[in-house]
Amino acid sequence: MTVMTLIDAIRIAMDEEMARDPRVFITGEDVGLRGGVFRATQSLLEKYGATRVIDSPLAELSIVAVGIGAALAELRPICEIQFADFIHPAFNQIVNEAARFYYRSNGQWRVPLTIRAPYGGGVAGGLYHSQSVEAFFAHVPGLKVVIPSTPYDAKGLLKSAVRDPNPVLFFEPKKGYRAIKGEVPDGDYTVPLGEARLARAGRDLTVIAYGMMAHYSEKAAEIVATENGIDAEVIDLRTLLPLDKAAILTSVKKTGKVLIVYEDNLTMGFGAEVAAIIADEAFEHLDAPIKRLAAPDVPGVPYAHAMQEFYMPNPQSIAAAIRDLAEY
Amino acid sequence: MTTNALPQVLAHLDEQTLLSMYWMMLLSRKVDERAWALHRQSKIAFHISAMGQEATQVGAAFAIHRGVDYVHPYYRDLALCLAVGITPTDFMMSLYAKTGEYSSNARQMPSHFGAKHLNIISGSAPVATQVPQAAGLAFAIKYRQQNGLVDRHDASQPRLALTCLGEGSTSQGEWHEGMNWAGVHKLPFICLVQNNAYAISVPVESQMAIANVADRAAGYGIAGVVVDGNDILAVYAVMKVAVERAYNGDGATLVEAKTYRIVPHSSDDDDRSYRSREEVASWKLRDPILRFREVLMAEGVLTTDAADTMDRRARAEVDAAQAAAEAAPSPEPEDALGAVYAPLDPEASPHEATPS
Repeated sequence: MTVMTLIDAIRIAMDEEMARDPRVFITGEDVGLRGGVFRATQSLLEKYGATRVIDSPLAELSIVAVGIGAALAELRPICEIQFADFIHPAFNQIVNEAARFYYRSNGQWRVPLTIRAPYGGGVAGGLYHSQSVEAFFAHVPGLKVVIPSTPYDAKGLLKSAVRDPNPVLFFEPKKGYRAIKGEVPDGDYTVPLGEARLARAGRDLTVIAYGMMAHYSEKAAEIVATENGIDAEVIDLRTLLPLDKAAILTSVKKTGKVLIVYEDNLTMGFGAEVAAIIADEAFEHLDAPIKRLAAPDVPGVPYAHAMQEFYMPNPQSIAAAIRDLAEY
Repeated sequence: MTTNALPQVLAHLDEQTLLSMYWMMLLSRKVDERAWALHRQSKIAFHISAMGQEATQVGAAFAIHRGVDYVHPYYRDLALCLAVGITPTDFMMSLYAKTGEYSSNARQMPSHFGAKHLNIISGSAPVATQVPQAAGLAFAIKYRQQNGLVDRHDASQPRLALTCLGEGSTSQGEWHEGMNWAGVHKLPFICLVQNNAYAISVPVESQMAIANVADRAAGYGIAGVVVDGNDILAVYAVMKVAVERAYNGDGATLVEAKTYRIVPHSSDDDDRSYRSREEVASWKLRDPILRFREVLMAEGVLTTDAADTMDRRARAEVDAAQAAAEAAPSPEPEDALGAVYAPLDPEASPHEATPS
């Protein structure tokens, strides 16, 4: 067991998967000598050589498409998109191609591909280094969408993603790359895709979140426990697609109140689907309206600090939303 | 490469192979003609044709290791895919959208192909998406060779990736990105552009400011060649050079076959709105099947009697394929639901060297 950062856990997961399976390779922009702009692939070039850690041309569509082709040939590519904001040129390849291959070939051709991308705001990244893109892809059957919020989960989930025979989008909360630390076991273990994590057990209400917002929601739960005596349960979804509906419904049926937190724009964000499922399948257990705390419906995270902080939910604003809901 | 390579090529191919090539062109044409007829009889919903491009497609197929090398076709590659190994019955099952249809169990429209046992990749409809994927297939071949997972000379394994598209589709950014990877990584990759002069209704002059797509090869640092796409032996010869380059680790080739689609874009198209009947008629006179037939007869490989026999045999095969497809059951409504995700296979060895 070692205490490490989120980014360390991600790098170690890739290192161990490359050591385990010679079919695993990494490609993306600056993943080689530079070790990735966030250092996620640091030292992997020296360890595995230029045939397995490949600096791609500066063209995101081709990073994904070449990954798809290599995956069709049963290699295990890990494609890095430098920022989730830059994934949109590859949308056609991810949505029209990777997601649909298995279905469109009636199970003949599968795409065991992992696409990693740092996402989310709070790092002075402005409109184009801060986006949350998960809702676009969580809409598409055939894809899996994974978002870790702890180093333990990051390592275990990324290993599962690499070993999964389907295309997996692995979105990493970049604000937490070094800010989030935690204990990680040495050696091999996996965390299965499609299972939520009970981050904090509680009686009074349920907070559902993922990524940086799961981390913040745990902090917010501590704040309201200390300051207000509110006992909040926190569910970290970890995988958005396929979604662990059972974990959501079990918790909501227990507490009767639910707050969904995400840093994407409010409208049509992933929390909207979570709210719809709860309304549909746990309506009679609800003691309050389903509440969502999310970013305002503006086209991006603004650059200036004050505007950025206004945009992003944070532990204090989540705590305030919890108090409001508890009082309902 | 021009047709004056003919004697050389003929020397390279035995009579049996030449007749097989002719047979595949003929069989494709008969399947194709039947598909148009079935559509006009309202027996099928859609057909998209290879008619006029059989020389390009069959010539290319015969140059690769069919069924082993990766082929990522486009929707017009009926003759190519028949030559690689799909059957007239397979294709008829696609046209009729019947249960057990080989490529997708009738989920896809016809002509998206996809046959794992032949290493034919399943296609989509947005054009040129297959090109950077084919670069990825070629990348995987080179990766396995470089990392000691496969012997470069092992002919039981794929040694190149061939992809096809029309000239209009080369306007897509995806085409460029795929070609660039093939050049940068010197991949065992062949891009066969079937320049049939129109992208549905839009002529090549509205598509690009240059005369030859193949001229762009220089921009990617790969070989580029233009060939008469209605001359099967010329196509074969040019493709053979590209295949040897790929097999020998010498890199990618862009082959542009100049040809002509002698029918509308698809069963839903009416080409009278964008090209003259005279133009189409002039190309029908240059029909690649008639042209090859004349060469084979001049060389004494084919007689009129033998050609007539092959004609009847092709017709009989198409009849049988149509009957089999008509007799097959249609899918159940709930068949729409299956095969969204591949199952986890924890038993699969990470050290297997060959594609499963």
